[in-house]
Amino acid sequence: MEVEYSDLRIHNAKHQPPKERRGVIMVLPLRKMHVNQKGRIKAVTANGELGRRLRDMGLVPGTDFVIIGRAPLYDPVAIRLKGFTMTLRNKEADYITVDAEK
Amino acid sequence: MTIAKQITVAVAGQPNCGKSTMFNAITGAAARVGNYPGITVDRLEGHYLLNGYDIKLIDLPGTYSLTSYSPEEVVARDVIIDERPDAVIDMVDTSALERSLYLAVQFMEIGVPIILGLNMMDELRRKGIRIDSAKLSRLLGIPVVECTARIGLGKRELMEAVVKIGEKSDRTWNPIDISYGHDLDPVLHEMTQKIEAARFMTDRYPARWIAVKYLEDDENIIEHGRRAGALGQELEAMVKKLGEHTEKTLNTYPEAIVADYRYGFINSLLKQGAITREDDLRFDISDKIDLVVTHRLLGPVIMLGVLWLMFYVTFTLGAYPQGWIESGFNFLGALAASQIPEGLLQSLVTKGILDGVGAVLSFTPLILIMFAMLVFLEDLGYMARTAYMLDRVFRVFGLHGASVMSFIMSGGIPGGCAVPGVMCTRTLRSPKERLATLFTAPFMVCGAKTTAYIMLTAAFFARSAAFAMFVIVLVAWSLALIAARILRWTVIKGPSTPFVMELPPYRLPTLRGIAIHTWERLRQFVTKAATVIFGISVIMWLLMTFPQLPENRIHFFDKQREAVRQEVDIRASAENLSAQTSAAILDKGLREIDSRQNETALKYSIAGRVGVGLEPLSKLAGFPWQVNIALLGAFAAKEVFVSTMATAYAMGTVDPKHSSSLSERLARDPAYTTPAIVSLLLFILLYAPCMVTVVAIGRESNWRWALFVLFGSITFAYTLSVIVYQIGSAFV
Repeated sequence: MEVEYSDLRIHNAKHQPPKERRGVIMVLPLRKMHVNQKGRIKAVTANGELGRRLRDMGLVPGTDFVIIGRAPLYDPVAIRLKGFTMTLRNKEADYITVDAEK
Repeated sequence: MTIAKQITVAVAGQPNCGKSTMFNAITGAAARVGNYPGITVDRLEGHYLLNGYDIKLIDLPGTYSLTSYSPEEVVARDVIIDERPDAVIDMVDTSALERSLYLAVQFMEIGVPIILGLNMMDELRRKGIRIDSAKLSRLLGIPVVECTARIGLGKRELMEAVVKIGEKSDRTWNPIDISYGHDLDPVLHEMTQKIEAARFMTDRYPARWIAVKYLEDDENIIEHGRRAGALGQELEAMVKKLGEHTEKTLNTYPEAIVADYRYGFINSLLKQGAITREDDLRFDISDKIDLVVTHRLLGPVIMLGVLWLMFYVTFTLGAYPQGWIESGFNFLGALAASQIPEGLLQSLVTKGILDGVGAVLSFTPLILIMFAMLVFLEDLGYMARTAYMLDRVFRVFGLHGASVMSFIMSGGIPGGCAVPGVMCTRTLRSPKERLATLFTAPFMVCGAKTTAYIMLTAAFFARSAAFAMFVIVLVAWSLALIAARILRWTVIKGPSTPFVMELPPYRLPTLRGIAIHTWERLRQFVTKAATVIFGISVIMWLLMTFPQLPENRIHFFDKQREAVRQEVDIRASAENLSAQTSAAILDKGLREIDSRQNETALKYSIAGRVGVGLEPLSKLAGFPWQVNIALLGAFAAKEVFVSTMATAYAMGTVDPKHSSSLSERLARDPAYTTPAIVSLLLFILLYAPCMVTVVAIGRESNWRWALFVLFGSITFAYTLSVIVYQIGSAFV
């Protein structure tokens, strides 16, 4: 089972072209989003440990997600992406800019 | 019989992927447990025999990635690099395949042969996901096995795949090269060539992998590189220059680009039809459950209920076996007392050894029950929700949401125990928050402290003992939180660990997993802790027994006894008392002398001298020497406070659970002013965890931290007590 990895590089585009979607799109920091709102990650400006943790979880530009809830004191926020659910604090969400659906 | 050929295989995976379940399914309960250096994750090793091969499995810590920001990741990486296993089984949660492959790709970049275990196949259909594992295998160029770890499905296929790799004669590793785009690739190429030319750390790592790690700003590799030679600095300079370029042109860092391209690589594979799903963002069953379980109002109510139930079950159910063990040891004590002639040996066996070991073993039922429930809640996924709901509150104090479990168990509801409480911190993955929790959780009102509090509140707040107890609990919580805040500003300062955390889907844990985990914890506690505690018990006994009273002082008490006997004889004949009455009077008289002799002996012992010697210091906080000795004794086990106080006040033996006579004695003592009492109550609350807890803290962190907790909390308690007593005395 030999695989030519060079073949795969062709597909390895950095960002997928945006899908057709309904609704108006606006640029927001993730913190400002409300529950059930969908979005696509535009940029992650965190570096260091936080940046790594976000990337390990798959929060990279181009990722679609939806806000699924907030903790009883409004912070942290729970989001769903790539088939799983994760949480982060509002303070940490400030580093993430998104194209959000209205 | 030929000797089986050995194949070594590491079992890896991201947290919550079912890796441990599969490891247990393959190796059975026969895993050998060791320690990874520097982390509290156990190193499990097991074996599986197949076709004449002895497959040795090593369980790696669960990590999302192989960078080096957590010790778990460094450990996982070092096992691959240094032990060079023949293969890695990478278990993945198939419903989060994209994220899971992020780890798999990093193994492939090191070059170790990997086998992908697609776990949670049973959940896939429910979620509307279809996967073509043959195609995935072809695309990745690695064996892929479909598994459902909780019922052991796929374990044989995994082992067959391992054997297939083991049969290969060619054992060279073939790291894959992923393209990182036209900005990074040329620099990466240049770096790789330089590394190869200089043989820079290439005896340990693949050259291109080293270069990628430099781009990823991997502290561990950069640190090694600095020591390895001059090239290290050159590589750092190259990365710095590249970073300036990407920041200017793309507004991002090389390490972010690396991650983007890794995900891009994974996506390019998945987009070729290996996996199809209806909607990645559709709410799972777990998300629907969370609408209730983490609901604004219902969430906290349910959480309080769960915490209370867990506490209640541990200490109510645990009380029965705990009672049996205690009576067992009481029986042994009585047996020893009847078989061994009165004297030093008897005292050593009953008071030193049996009391010490009995105290340790009586914790085991609590640990067993608590840990079984904790593992259940953790594996179920509920602990992550607790942390999620409480993070906002606990973050203010520099703690983690999951610290609450530790506080409750330690006696946040009075009657807990700091030993299981300290062991709870195991689920806490943030190192600084964890250390702060270990320090402050023992401040809570554990069951042993309550015996002291019941005695003291009965003595001094007789009419409002319950209210006093309530205030003490509130004070315990407040001081624990305040102390944590102070610690996080000073000794363990630094920003809080990011709360970027998975909310794993709710999954019913397997009984076997719970049993193995719980048993392992218990075994470690009993074997490792017991030896240390046994030693400390004997030392405490020595301190409170030696030096013994000199001959002439014993003789003085003997003469008093003789005098009492004569006096009773004279009274008996003069007043014509019955034999029974005179025996009772004699007995009472002798007991009083015994008590006085015990008091004198205690004061004469090393512990007594220390207690008396410390009086000038303790007077500043308002306690007499008797309290000092009792506090010293209570280090062995907090219950000892009451009985040592009784001895020190020449009260004879007092049952800690029925201490009203001692309460009355203290209430009459003018030394105990209100400020002195408040100061004492505060000191008992904070002054030092008992020895069993100190040992547990050492096991959960390290010995340096355990000693810091011990002396740090003594200092904290003393400072507070002195302040309270001095200010209080100035006003009263």
